[in-house]
Amino acid sequence: MPARRFIVTVVADRCKECGICIALCPKNVLEKGNKLNWKGFHYTVPARPEQCIGCRLCEYNCPDFAIFVVEAEAAKGETVWARQA
Amino acid sequence: MAVIRNIHPLDRFLRPERLPHMWCPGCGIGIALSAFLRAVNELEEEGRIDSRKIVFVTGIGCTARASGYVRFDAAHTPHGRAIPYAMGVKLANPDLIPVVFSGDGDIVGIGGNHFIHAARRNMDMLVIMVNNMIYALTGGQVAPTTPEKIYTTTTPWGNPERPFNAVTLAWIAGANYVARWSVTHPELLKNSIKKALLMEGFRFIEVLSICPEVYGRHIGFRSPVELYTHLRKVVKIRGKIRPLETEYDWERGITLGEFVVRDEPGFVRRLMEVVKGGKA
Ligand SMILES: Cc1ncc(C[n+]2csc(CCOP(=O)(O)OP(=O)(O)O)c2C)c(N)n1
Ligand code: SF4
Ligand code: SF4
Ligand code: SF4
Repeated sequence: MPARRFIVTVVADRCKECGICIALCPKNVLEKGNKLNWKGFHYTVPARPEQCIGCRLCEYNCPDFAIFVVEAEAAKGETVWARQA
Repeated sequence: MAVIRNIHPLDRFLRPERLPHMWCPGCGIGIALSAFLRAVNELEEEGRIDSRKIVFVTGIGCTARASGYVRFDAAHTPHGRAIPYAMGVKLANPDLIPVVFSGDGDIVGIGGNHFIHAARRNMDMLVIMVNNMIYALTGGQVAPTTPEKIYTTTTPWGNPERPFNAVTLAWIAGANYVARWSVTHPELLKNSIKKALLMEGFRFIEVLSICPEVYGRHIGFRSPVELYTHLRKVVKIRGKIRPLETEYDWERGITLGEFVVRDEPGFVRRLMEVVKGGKA
């Protein structure tokens, strides 16, 4: 069976840099970014999406509805903004 | 004007224009709310619930602010009074599904009397008590659920009081369903909420939560990850044990699990029976 692939999406303007998703991810997919969002938090970036196994520990433990995981043809890390100027 | 997009899979149950919410970074309330919304989402996808029938009721406190972020009919009621409000909802229209989502101070502190009597009546509602073990909104005073010896702003030498074990309280008062989970195990919490949402009578789910800002900060776990990791060590999942065997202690451990599952008639059914049986 071919390996399953996932798109990991961070909603940058909701992330509060709590680090819970980064600490819980078993595959080291996520890391603290070096850019700030409009609230002054270094939002998480899905740096290594090809390693994601789709366990959704990040999604289920994020207190801010700021990260989610969707199965897809190809692995991808996305950063999106809910609020667009 | 900024345009706000629905992005997250739970955004249809939220008010994305109000996000980010007011809770501090790493606050467990958001994890508990997320588990509740996933439970509703799954039940709806399975055709087992109509989410438009949910009435989401909160009292006062950090947790209680959740009513402002959800896209259900919702009420943000006075401190301790979420349960009587939810009772009014159910009695006015028994088709509705009242869900109380509020803090430990709100439910078993100031609202304690409403809590035991709603359980005694087996009043048809689901109560989710987010227990961060402190009065958080007001700055970290001791709560009836603060474990022994814990430092709070009003117990500077450590808490001398014996805390409520809300599980035993709900059981002895007569609740149909009693469980305790933790934000460190959100899938177990979600499954329990799914089950309890479909039951009748009084259902009580306590959710141990993390408040890094005031609870954690005062006891040496300032960062959300540290407090989360520590709580995961404090909690102990036990299957098939009775409420009186559960522990509630920061040192010895806090027992998680499902402790009571009864199917005694809820208040609405009992009321209908006496009304039908009466001569009026
Ligand atoms: C009648 C009344 N008494 C006291 C208060 C002050 N007060 C606001 S929130 C709160 C306690 C909140 O604790 P909890 O219910 O555990 O919620 P948390 O903030 O921890 O989520 C208190 C005492 C109030 N708002 N109304
Ligand atoms: S858990 Fe959520 S809020 Fe916390 S760092 Fe990760 S994406 Fe950001
Ligand atoms: S789904 Fe699991 S493996 Fe993938 S990013 Fe989230 S926590 Fe990491
Ligand atoms: S004070 Fe505590 S409970 Fe309130 S929002 Fe902050 S972390 Fe959460």
